[in-house]
Amino acid sequence: MSPEDLVQAVEANFPNVKKEESAEDAFRDEVPILMVPADDLHGVCQTLRDGDEYSFDFLKNLTAIDYEDRMTLVMHFYSLKHRHKLALKVDLDRDDPIVDSVSDVWLTANWQEREVFDLFGIQFNNHPDLRRIMLPDDWVGHPLRKDYVHEPDQYD
Amino acid sequence: MADRNVGPLLSAVSRIPGAGGEIIVTEADFFINWARRSSLWALTFGLACCAIEMMATYAARFDFDRFGVIPRPTPRQADLIIIAGTVTKKMAPRIERLYHQMPDPKYVISMGSCSNCGGPYYDAYSVVKGVDKVIPVDVYVCGCPPRPEALMYGVLKLQEKIREKTFREEVGASA
Repeated sequence: MSPEDLVQAVEANFPNVKKEESAEDAFRDEVPILMVPADDLHGVCQTLRDGDEYSFDFLKNLTAIDYEDRMTLVMHFYSLKHRHKLALKVDLDRDDPIVDSVSDVWLTANWQEREVFDLFGIQFNNHPDLRRIMLPDDWVGHPLRKDYVHEPDQYD
Repeated sequence: MADRNVGPLLSAVSRIPGAGGEIIVTEADFFINWARRSSLWALTFGLACCAIEMMATYAARFDFDRFGVIPRPTPRQADLIIIAGTVTKKMAPRIERLYHQMPDPKYVISMGSCSNCGGPYYDAYSVVKGVDKVIPVDVYVCGCPPRPEALMYGVLKLQEKIREKTFREEVGASA
C-alpha cells in the first residue's frame, strides 16, 4: 500500500486515529505518521499486525519524546510481506504517563518498553516484567525526562 | 651499578673452572622486575570501542605477545587490567571487584579518553568521570580510541615504571 492509502485505511477503521497535523512531517521518508489516542493503542496495534492488508509483523522501534508539555510515545513498523512502513505517535499526560503495553502483540516490545520506562518513566499496563533494564536497580529518577535533576554521586 | 637496560646480568656471567656450568650473579630487584615486566598477563576485559583496538593489538598484525602480554580469562591469573572503554556507573563496582580479585603485584592501564576522564560522556548521568575514581591507574593512554601503537607504547611505559621498582618499597606499582 502506498503511504497515502495506508493512512486512509487506518483512519477509516479507527475514527479517533488522525494523520499527524504537520503534513510536512507526515510523509517524510515515505513513513506516514498517525496520532493514536492512548486508549486505542492496543487495538490499533493488534489490527496493524493481524490485518492482511497491513501485516506489520516487525516493530522496528519503540521510544519516547519529552516535549515538556506532553510525553509522546513513538513506534515504527515495517511489513516484511508488503514492504511498507508506518509510524504511530501517542500523546500522554506528562505527569502521569500510562499506556497499554503492546508486548503481547510484538514480543520485541517487552524490552523496548522496559527501556522507555527506565529512561522516561512511562508506565505500561499489563507488561509482564516492567523493571529497569539499563540503569542500576536502585537508580532514582528517569534521566531522559527534561525535568530530571542529576545529583552528583561518588563517581562524578 | 650496571646499565639498567641490560642489567647486571651480562656483566656477571662467569665460568667456574672445573664445575662445567655457568653462574649468573645479579640483583634480586633486577631479576624480579625483569620477570614481572616481561610477562604482563592482561585480564581479557573490554568495555567499548577501545576494546576493538585492544583486540587488534593482541592479534597477529601488532602481536602483543612480543611484549609478553597475553590475555588471561580470569583475574586470578592476571597481572594487568586494561580498562578499554567507557566505565558506566553500573560497571564501576564490577571493575572494583575484578581489581581486588587480581593477585599482587597488579597494574592498571587506562585506555582512551572515556576511561581517563569520562571523555565525550563527561556530562552524561551514567558515566564515571575516569576509572581512577574507582581503582588506581599506572598508565593513561590518550586517544579516542588510541591506535594499537599507542597502547603498545603504554605497555612500554608501564615496563619502564616496573623497571624502577625496588622489592623493598612495595609489591605492586599501583599499591
